[in-house]
Amino acid sequence: MPTEVLMPALSPTMEEGTLAKWLVKEGDTVSSGDILAEIETDKATMEFEAVEEGVIGKLLISEGSEGVKVNTPIAVMLEEGESAEDIAKSGSDEAAEAEDAGSKSGSEEKTAESGKTSDKAPAKAKSKGDAKEEDDIPKPDQTPDWPDGTKMRTQTVREALRDAMAEEMRRDPNVYLMGEEVAEYQGAYKISQGLLDEFGGKRVIDTPITEHGFTGIAVGAAFGGLRPIVEFMTFNFAMQAIDQIVNSAAKTLYMSGGQMGAPMVFRGPNGAAARVGAQHSQDYAAWYAHIPGLKVVQPYSAADAKGLLKTAIRDPNPVIFLENEIMYGKSFDVPVLEDFTVPFGKAKIWREGSDVTIVSWGIGMTYALEAADRLAEDGIEAEVIDLRTLRPIDYDTVLASVQKTNRCVTVEEGFPVASIGNHLSAVIMTRAFDYLDAPVLNCTGKDVPMPYAANLEKLALLNADEVVEAVHKVTYR
Amino acid sequence: MATRKSAAQDKAAGKASGSASADELKSYYRDMLLIRRFEEKAGQLYGMGLIGGFCHLYIGQEAVVVGLEAAAEEGDKRVTSYRDHGHMLACGMDPDGVMAELTGREGGYSKGKGGSMHMFSKEKHFYGGHGIVGAQVPIGAGLAFADKYLDNNRVTFTYFGDGAANQGQVYETFNMAALWKLPVIFVIENNQYAMGTAQVRSTSSADLYKRGEAFGIPGELVDGMDVLAVKEAGEKAVAHCRSGKGPYILEVKTYRYRGHSMSDPAKYRTREEVQKMREEKDAIERVRVMLLDGKHASEDDLKAIDKEIKDVVSKSADFAKDSPEPDPSELWTDIYARDSPQGAALETGDA
Repeated sequence: MPTEVLMPALSPTMEEGTLAKWLVKEGDTVSSGDILAEIETDKATMEFEAVEEGVIGKLLISEGSEGVKVNTPIAVMLEEGESAEDIAKSGSDEAAEAEDAGSKSGSEEKTAESGKTSDKAPAKAKSKGDAKEEDDIPKPDQTPDWPDGTKMRTQTVREALRDAMAEEMRRDPNVYLMGEEVAEYQGAYKISQGLLDEFGGKRVIDTPITEHGFTGIAVGAAFGGLRPIVEFMTFNFAMQAIDQIVNSAAKTLYMSGGQMGAPMVFRGPNGAAARVGAQHSQDYAAWYAHIPGLKVVQPYSAADAKGLLKTAIRDPNPVIFLENEIMYGKSFDVPVLEDFTVPFGKAKIWREGSDVTIVSWGIGMTYALEAADRLAEDGIEAEVIDLRTLRPIDYDTVLASVQKTNRCVTVEEGFPVASIGNHLSAVIMTRAFDYLDAPVLNCTGKDVPMPYAANLEKLALLNADEVVEAVHKVTYR
Repeated sequence: MATRKSAAQDKAAGKASGSASADELKSYYRDMLLIRRFEEKAGQLYGMGLIGGFCHLYIGQEAVVVGLEAAAEEGDKRVTSYRDHGHMLACGMDPDGVMAELTGREGGYSKGKGGSMHMFSKEKHFYGGHGIVGAQVPIGAGLAFADKYLDNNRVTFTYFGDGAANQGQVYETFNMAALWKLPVIFVIENNQYAMGTAQVRSTSSADLYKRGEAFGIPGELVDGMDVLAVKEAGEKAVAHCRSGKGPYILEVKTYRYRGHSMSDPAKYRTREEVQKMREEKDAIERVRVMLLDGKHASEDDLKAIDKEIKDVVSKSADFAKDSPEPDPSELWTDIYARDSPQGAALETGDA
């Protein structure tokens, strides 16, 4: 049967083109790879090659024709023993078919469009009694993180993080730690202190100062069956490696249809330390929380640092674990349990209150809790929620609290534009609009690179005063 | 070209040519032809609009992957860039599944969610299919890192092009691979053009196989249009890696007949240059001549192989057209392992 040569699509966006020049004429014998024609697209003039061998039976579109739609027959090829007469016969059938298909898809488009229009009609405002609203009643999980009566001990965040890694490395021989100065130096911030002695150089590995390269190697090791923990000396340097984190680690499970992924942890200090200037002082929570495929953790207390890091190491997905240099030396009660873990997606209520909900995480909790103490002196009872994980986020605990307090202030160290607070505000507006008695306010770092001068740095950072002020605004007192 | 003389000598020693038997030669011919015909079909389906987006064809470079796969053992790993169709076919992945991924259908290796540049097969130890130039290089070293850690005596073939050879992460990786003696073979497929930029216009020194010298990584220049030469070099590299001596670099000189991707205007080289390579250096033709001259196969035998390949490819195209598009519910799967619907939890708008 004669086969039609169709106007090719020569770029991802091409819909039509100009048939600039035929390089063959009717009756020519061509083989696969021979150039048939030059076709002009919006981008360039391209050569169009034959895919099958045969004889050019008929050229259907003349040279210089503009606006030839993709998939329009432009020529007919004959196989051995066929003549031009065969063309007319099969050609007319197919043309009719193509026309049919065209009109059919046209009418489908119309239907879809009219459907759209009706969707655009303004929706009736929902009353509180609607069934849909009932379904959206938040169901926060407020089970305690450890049983009543558990023995506690005081530990710094630093010690808790080290214990978490050591326990998981004892549990699974395929867990290993790599990063700059993690082994012999015992950790630039002493988080990996003692690990080299216990686990040896095979599992506690000093890398050269090449974030992009060693992150990619760790991603490959995770594909290959290991459970890497990658320590970034600080998350500022992880920007060198963000392509491997986002494009390779986070997306491969999806791109492979679930066949393989990167079970691994990226951890290290994040956010401002003190007086280290703009390039070493940035909170990346919102950056990573933006990415489907990543999980993002930002603990505040030592107990959470330990329980969440153990969960992160066991998680079959890439986890971003954002620590904070200023928090490393702070002490908290940590439960003395053989295997203490904290699940992802479960916020912790540090303080109950009925007047306003303050939502924070990581070092932001320092300001949130200080503000709550001061507000209590003024007779304002704040409920303080520590999100603990930013992907997944425990929306239910936040929404249930806002339904009780009707007001919300978010507290984070990161920049204000496209912040986590912005996202929470949108979720609260969408799912608890009727419960709000004031706009949700976001307390954030200032919209400036971190300055070095002591006084300016202080101005750029978030503080408890700003949280107190925001709460006064939303409580109107 | 392996000379006829050596072919005749080998025949006397019970061999067809070089270190390959008649059956091996036939299988290389078959494997290379499969890639070429598959890619031609892919180009055709692209022109028909059945394949979208980017589509980078491997035509001309077939001897590289076929030669190196001949040097690989079961369990060895491979990872490459976005010009990956040939690598997948050469390591034994099903043409139906590859073609259906190109058309974005349910029957594709990634259920239609990856596309031409993003395919994987755990079963065949194929770790992608990576769309960011050079990003697969540390990943390949990482696979080798895991093998060394697990002490399983496997090697990883890490393929990248002359363009990627200028990426910084490649040298970060060379350093660590040599430092830690990782069993990884860096295969630089030098097709002489980084997209449309000729190597001389992008690269300060032409000899890419010497790029490991500063790290103490041995390198070798290989004729990538000669499948037997590639196989031989591959065997040497594999032996080096498996014996614990660390990484090895093969710069395999090859040539891409088609454009960088389907939307390549081909203004950076002449038609004559391409034609000359096709006529004088073609790797498939070379093996064809060896088979015929060595009387290892008749014209009819080869025609039968051609027919068999044509059928395999045409079946894959039919499968790729007939396989349904993925179910809309697939939008929300495989975002997280064990499928906890984190993505859905963020979709608050419809709640």
